Amino acid sequence: MIRARDLTKTFGRLTAVDGISFDVEAGEIFAFLGPNGAGKTTTIKMLTTLLTPTRGRVEIDGLDPAVERNEARKRFGIVFQDPSLDEELTAYENLDIHGVFYGVPRKLRVQRIEKLLRLFELWERRDDPVKRFSGGMRRRLEIARGFLHTPRILFLDEPTLGLDPQTRNQLWTQVAQLNAVEGVTVFLTTHYMEEAERVASRIAIIDHGRIVAQGSPQELKRQTGAESLEQAFLALTGSSIREEDATAADRNRNIARMWRRR
Amino acid sequence: MSVLYALWLRQLKRYVRSRSRIVGALGQPLLFLVALGFGFGPIFERAGQGSYIQFLAPGVIAMTVLFTSIFSGIELIWDRQFGFLKETLVAPVPRLTIMVGRTLGGATVGVIQGVVVLAACTLAGFRAVGLGALPAALGFMALIALTFTALGTAIASVLQDLQGFQLVMNLIVMPIFFLSGALFPLSHVPRALALVASVDPLAYGVDGLRSALIGLTHFGAATDLAVLATLSAIILTVGGYLFSRIQL
Repeated sequence: MIRARDLTKTFGRLTAVDGISFDVEAGEIFAFLGPNGAGKTTTIKMLTTLLTPTRGRVEIDGLDPAVERNEARKRFGIVFQDPSLDEELTAYENLDIHGVFYGVPRKLRVQRIEKLLRLFELWERRDDPVKRFSGGMRRRLEIARGFLHTPRILFLDEPTLGLDPQTRNQLWTQVAQLNAVEGVTVFLTTHYMEEAERVASRIAIIDHGRIVAQGSPQELKRQTGAESLEQAFLALTGSSIREEDATAADRNRNIARMWRRR
Repeated sequence: MSVLYALWLRQLKRYVRSRSRIVGALGQPLLFLVALGFGFGPIFERAGQGSYIQFLAPGVIAMTVLFTSIFSGIELIWDRQFGFLKETLVAPVPRLTIMVGRTLGGATVGVIQGVVVLAACTLAGFRAVGLGALPAALGFMALIALTFTALGTAIASVLQDLQGFQLVMNLIVMPIFFLSGALFPLSHVPRALALVASVDPLAYGVDGLRSALIGLTHFGAATDLAVLATLSAIILTVGGYLFSRIQL
């Protein structure tokens, strides 16, 4: 469903993603883990047509996103790391305009919106502007929106960041349910190892732009002799804190962007 | 087509829902009309130029359309800040469609606001030549609105955050307004100022509105129309290009 080969992205002298390759099978939930600044978001951006790779190839549901951009975009949904809703519009209107963007016919749109808003327990609040929503409600609405056009793949970039355990738990239940019922392939990143262990059938761990390990949660634990996925993760990526790396990477990216505009 | 409509409707909904924006956008022109209109009115009349309210009202309407439209265009920065821009840019829709939909919506908001101020001016004593003046006046409002919404979008495509907004207001929008001849006749100003006004897009908008509403013109209505139509096409093209180059 997703295929990446030798995928590389450099910003100036900084190599954010360094020749990674992986496959995500249809219908599976694939977790992409790594410390801050490891290259997760850059990878997602390349997979979702927002960044052009410096080198390497991507295939989304058999399409090359660089060539058939709009066709590829119809095949996936994405929930970004930071919010991307229109706060002035209501929950319903946010979903409706998304449906129009993705060419979902009106009748189907109405059905899908009701179904998803009910599933994510937002139906009662459908006519409230999003600016009156809590963080958890916004997240749920964004994920519901990602599913609206019945994509083949859903990308979730740290969808549970900053949410309380109850909301996180409920969110993953709903995502797993849609994965099972609609057969959507899910590609997710998260910092919560127990979440990855719970929902993902396969995991890839990325560090300094390279994939350092791939496999099922059990395999990763076995490889490292760790008791938990968290320990396996630390064994693979070390325990030094990456905050500095992340800000430096961001700074470089901004500078590069400012000077080259592409 | 439905995408264009959805984006247009979104701009309108956002406008109707932000009451502070409507009131704010109404307050400023009325202040100009009352303070300047009644303040300078007697001097203007003594200088043999007729009623200043009559002269000023088209300028104030043009100002309203200018500010509202630039703001609508620049709203793009808010979309970037709050993230909705990402949602539109990752959608399977050509960038140009997105830019055009936004611009049409923003321009419509500008025209609506202009009509509201025209009504308010009429309440304050302004008299247009007749109801027949309305279609031409609406046409000029639409051209002003398109030009400056597109300019706002172009600027917002380049600006990364809200900090540049004040700079844009002071360095671009204010000179465009004050040098346009909205507040004073261009027929007696020094050569240098007349020259600056002749390259100010809004000067042609103000002049066109004035010719439609009170039958007074400096450049000639046909020139106004030609210049504005050409400029709006150019700025739309540039805006479309800059918008298509936005990187997240």
